[in-house]
Amino acid sequence: MNLPSIAWIILFAPLVAAGLILMVTRTNKPFAAGLAILSALITTVGGYTLFAKSAEGVYHGFNWVDFGQAFSIPFDLALDPLSRTMLVIVTTISPLVFIYSIGYMKEEVGFARFFAGLALFLFSMLGIVLANNLVMMFIFWELVGVSSYILIGHYYHKDSAADAAKQAFLVNRIGDFGFMLGILLFWIATGGPSGGTFSFVGINHPAPIFVQNPALLAVAVVLIFCGTVGKSAQFPLHVWLPNSMEGPTPVSSLLHAATMVAAGVYLLARIFPILASSPEASEVVAWIGAITALGAGILAIQQDDIKGILAYSTISQLGYMVTGAGLAVSAALPMFHLFTHAFFKCLLFLTAGSVILGMHHEQNIWKMGGLLKKMPVTFITYCCGMLALSGCPFFSGHYSKDLIMACSWEHHRDIFWVVVIAAGLTPFYMMRQALVVFFGKARSEHSEHAHESPLVMTIPLILLAIPAVIAGYPFFEHTFFHEIGSLAEPEVPAYVPQVFLGVFLAGLGLAIAIYGRAPEKDPIRIPFLRRLFYIDDFYFWIVRVIQGGFAKICSFIDRWLIDGILVRGSATVVWTLGFALRFLQVGNIQAYALFFGVGVVGLIYLLLHVR
Amino acid sequence: MPTLANYLIASGLFFALGLGAVMLRRSIIVIFMGLEMMLNAANLSLVAFSRYGLVSGHQNFDAQVLVFFIISVAAAEVAVGLAIIVSLYRARQTTHVEDLDTLKF
Repeated sequence: MNLPSIAWIILFAPLVAAGLILMVTRTNKPFAAGLAILSALITTVGGYTLFAKSAEGVYHGFNWVDFGQAFSIPFDLALDPLSRTMLVIVTTISPLVFIYSIGYMKEEVGFARFFAGLALFLFSMLGIVLANNLVMMFIFWELVGVSSYILIGHYYHKDSAADAAKQAFLVNRIGDFGFMLGILLFWIATGGPSGGTFSFVGINHPAPIFVQNPALLAVAVVLIFCGTVGKSAQFPLHVWLPNSMEGPTPVSSLLHAATMVAAGVYLLARIFPILASSPEASEVVAWIGAITALGAGILAIQQDDIKGILAYSTISQLGYMVTGAGLAVSAALPMFHLFTHAFFKCLLFLTAGSVILGMHHEQNIWKMGGLLKKMPVTFITYCCGMLALSGCPFFSGHYSKDLIMACSWEHHRDIFWVVVIAAGLTPFYMMRQALVVFFGKARSEHSEHAHESPLVMTIPLILLAIPAVIAGYPFFEHTFFHEIGSLAEPEVPAYVPQVFLGVFLAGLGLAIAIYGRAPEKDPIRIPFLRRLFYIDDFYFWIVRVIQGGFAKICSFIDRWLIDGILVRGSATVVWTLGFALRFLQVGNIQAYALFFGVGVVGLIYLLLHVR
Repeated sequence: MPTLANYLIASGLFFALGLGAVMLRRSIIVIFMGLEMMLNAANLSLVAFSRYGLVSGHQNFDAQVLVFFIISVAAAEVAVGLAIIVSLYRARQTTHVEDLDTLKF
């Protein structure tokens, strides 16, 4: 089979699976799961084949919109080092999560619907990875939004889940609006109707108008970056991600660790040449990333929900990736962290799911405790993921995160200090979680009777624990990234790596000092952090007061001006006229016929004799 | 051989009969039948005029063709009229026109 057809099969296999599940096998659980997993495995085999064969080039499909020279949007697949690596990440994680879901979703409602959603999600994500132009990416970008809406709102009968799904969708719309404006700006700048382009190759060559107006270029790049801010949950649009934990845990694992949120970072890597050519835009991107990394890290230390901690740690790590892109060193820098993060974060979410299932759907870490002996496999794999996330030496996260921090030392000293503080928070909140969940004694009945999860869940955990540890080693770095860009270690003074190790140990030590004696309740309570910097409250206030006030004005106009005067007013006039005319009625049909006949005769007489 | 006048007299009688039914009867169905009879009286005179009237020495069939149109339109109109009567009966349990005077104040 030739490479283009493999690429097309990869893209559409999950869509076919989703369609078949919904239309044919809604009631047959094994068949639904089997189809979804089969399609995921097809993408895995295909993805690795494309990677091994170094598939390169643009595979033309058809023209989605075609107005000749002036405006055409082709539906093409682009295979280059970047998309190949991303393909490997997505297709490695997906089947493992799919298989894990069999165990997790066993007792849940909507089993087939869930797997159809997963397959649709995989299709959308692969579309983003393989897209050759901004418009096609935008379409799949929205499809990712839709499928995440379906999956987050899986328990749609629960108000909180339905609200979270809605919020994820709406918040993403804000970012996507900027993204869309950015796409149009790039199209106009590259020539508009005379030679304007959407393709990544086309926009990454700075258009003449951008060379003359660096400010315009910065605006265009920042507008595109808005899409990333929404999808990758950067400040100030991060609020949807923690709430999206309402979805089943495999969804959190797939969407919010490895794929959906990674789409934003992937977009930055895609437009990296043009991003790097605008220092102003890079500065904005790097600062947003750094603020997100620090802010989310601070919020994570006061979370009580096992998935909430992981959610904020995801936002924090995404902040690192965005900072990595904003440093304008190499597209490989954010992608490398994305690569390692995908494995260990997916692993962490799956272990969290295993804990939640063992705890009979209790998610509060202060109800857990002492799970170490009851869930040994989960604990060991959790440790792999947790140490990788914290940046422990010899674990994958250490390599990618330290590289970003070292680069920030070289290129942007202010940002360096921000991300280093954030790096110190990571081991603190992860160790807090580990100590409270797995050590000490059981704090509730559920945790006394917790049990290890079935094999179908623990095997994906073990399989993911391996890359979570080794994915950062130079061999993988070279295999997957040397074609994307250089990942050369920047020249830093000898004490900088020691600073990294120092903040890691400091965070770890502080967590052990505070939470090591297994307290019953959280000894630290900071209302400001528990209220999430009041950002959610602020948004709620905006919606309630500003948007609600506007809605009230509109409602007033609708109710009194339109309904009252126009609609009911005209109805009243007609009714009154009819009421007056009723007095002319006699109520006898024959009388009417007589009047009618007399009238006709009179008319004829008039027409014939009156001139 | 009947003459045109015979046909027109017959047509006039039918028309008067129909008009009488419409003006005097109380049942809406009979009124409806009277209407149909008036219509067909008009048809009869049309056909008679067509049969006896010559246009520049030749017979002209336009009016006879027109009658076919009238008949088919009348068929459709009867279907609608009967449907109205049936639903009227369902709503009011009556087909007597004295009872149908809601419009009067």
